[in-house]
Amino acid sequence: MSKATTTQNSIITLLGYLGRSFLRAIERMGDATVLSANALSHLFARPWQGKHIVLQLYALGVGSFVIIAITGAFTGMVLSLQGYYTLAKFGSESLLGSGVALAIIRELGPVLGAFMMVGRAGSSITAEIGIMRVTEQLDALQMMAVNPKARVILPRIIAMIIALPLLVSIFDIIGLGAGYIVGVELLGVNGGAFVGEMIAKITPMDLYAGWVKAIGFGILIGVICTYMGYRATPTTEGVAKATTQAVVAGSVSVLILDYILTSFFL
Amino acid sequence: MIRTEKLSRSFDDVIALDDTDIHIKAHQTTVIMGGSGSGKTTLLRLLAGLECPTSGHIWYGKDDLNGMSQKHLYQLRSRMGMVFQYSALLNSLSVYDNVAFPLVEHTQLDKSVIHTMVTMKLEQVGLRGFEKLMPSQLSGGMAKRVAFARALAMDPEVVFFDEPTSGLDPISAGVVASLIGNLTQRTKMTSIVVTHDVHAGLDIADHVILLWQGKVIAEGTSDIIRGSDDARVRQFIEGRPDGPIPFSRSETSYIEDLLHKPGTVRIS
Repeated sequence: MSKATTTQNSIITLLGYLGRSFLRAIERMGDATVLSANALSHLFARPWQGKHIVLQLYALGVGSFVIIAITGAFTGMVLSLQGYYTLAKFGSESLLGSGVALAIIRELGPVLGAFMMVGRAGSSITAEIGIMRVTEQLDALQMMAVNPKARVILPRIIAMIIALPLLVSIFDIIGLGAGYIVGVELLGVNGGAFVGEMIAKITPMDLYAGWVKAIGFGILIGVICTYMGYRATPTTEGVAKATTQAVVAGSVSVLILDYILTSFFL
Repeated sequence: MIRTEKLSRSFDDVIALDDTDIHIKAHQTTVIMGGSGSGKTTLLRLLAGLECPTSGHIWYGKDDLNGMSQKHLYQLRSRMGMVFQYSALLNSLSVYDNVAFPLVEHTQLDKSVIHTMVTMKLEQVGLRGFEKLMPSQLSGGMAKRVAFARALAMDPEVVFFDEPTSGLDPISAGVVASLIGNLTQRTKMTSIVVTHDVHAGLDIADHVILLWQGKVIAEGTSDIIRGSDDARVRQFIEGRPDGPIPFSRSETSYIEDLLHKPGTVRIS
C-alpha cells in the first residue's frame, strides 16, 4: 500500500470518527431534551411534587451557600486587588468600584457561581441518580407506580433553576462587599467614590443579564446532570464516568451559553 | 391471568429470550428457574413492564402490555409488587418510610392506619422494632425482608420476586420461601418467582417453568419437573457439571488457545 493511500485512509478514519462522535453528541442532546421535557411536563400534574422541589432546594441551594459565599468573597477581593494596581497606573483608582461591580454582576457571578454548582451540586445529582439506577431504585419506583421522571428528575431541575439565580445574587453581594473591604479599607480608595461609581455605572440591564444567565445556567446544569445520571451505565464504573462527563459537559456548556447570552445582551 | 405470546428480547446480537410462550395462572406460585444467563430475569422484567420486548406480546387478561398507555401501565402497577434481587430500598428513607411509601403515595389513609399496616407487614417478615433503621444499617437478609414487606404493603394481586433467597442465610431463606408459599395461599395473590435455588423453588411452586438459552425446556408441577426424563432438566435439578448444558461458555478450543495465543505458553 502506498504512502498516499495510507494517509488517505487515516484521514477517512479520522473523519469517520469525528462524524460518529458528532452524531452521537446530537443524539444525546436530543435524548436529554426529550427526557427533561417529559419530566417537566409533570410540573403541574398530580401528584404535585412541591414537597420534593423544596427538599431539593434545601439540598442544592442551602447546601451550596458556604462554597458560593467563599468563592464570591475571594473573587471580589482578587478583582479589587488586581483592579487597583492596574487603575493606579493611570491614576483612575476611583473607577475601581464600577470595574469590580461590572465584572462580578455581568460575568463572574453567574459563571463562577454556575461552575461551583456544577462541581458541588451537579456532580452529586448525577452520582445520586446513577446509584439509584445501579441499585434498581428507579425500577422500584416504577414498580410502585411512581414515575421516576416526575419524582427524581423534575424536582432537581426546578430546584436548580430557582437556586442558581438566588445563589448568584448572594455571590454578587458578598463579592462586592469583599471588593469594597479590600479596595477601601486595605488599599485606601475613597469609599464614596467606590460606591458612587458602582451605583452610577450599574444599570438594571446588567442585573437582569446576570439573572437571565443564572437561570439559563440553572436549566443547563439541571438538564445535563439529571440526564447523565438517569442514563448512566448501571455499574460503578458507569456512574463514575457519568459524573465526570456531567461536570465536564456542564462546565463547557456554561461557557458556550455565556458567550451566546453575553453577545445578546451587549 | 398473564400470558406471553412469541415473546423475544435481544440485547444487540445476544438473544436473551426467544419466542417464548408461557401461561401464568392466577392465585398460584409460578417459579421460573434456569442457570445464569438463561433469560429468567429478562422474562421477569418483561412481565413487570420494566423492559420492552423485541417482539411478541404480554397479555394481562385482555390487555397487551406493549400497547398500553403509561397511565394504564401505572394503574396496573398499583396492583403489583416486586422484590428486587438487591432489595432496591430507597436509601434516603428509613425502614418504616420504605414500607409506608406505596401507602403514602397511593392512598389517603390516616397516619395511624398507615402505622398499623406498616407494623403488620414488618411483623410478617420478622422485623417489627427495626422501623427507625436506615437501609445502610441493614444486613442483606434484613434488607430483602424489608423489600418483601414493602412489596406486600398494598396487598397486591401480583408479586414478582427476583432471586428472593439468594444471599440469605439458610434460616432467612427458608422463612422467605415459606412466606411466599403461605402468603400466596392465604391472600390469593399471584406470585412469580425467579430463582436458581432448585430446592426452595420446587418446594413452593405450584407451577415451574425451566429456561435454557432463552427457551422454555420444561414446565409443569414440581413433581413433573422432579420426575422429568429430559437430560437437561435432570442435570439442572441435580446440579451436575457434566451433561447437555455445558458449564464452560467458551466456544474455542482450550488447547488451541493455550498453544497459539501469545503470552500464554511459550513454545521453543
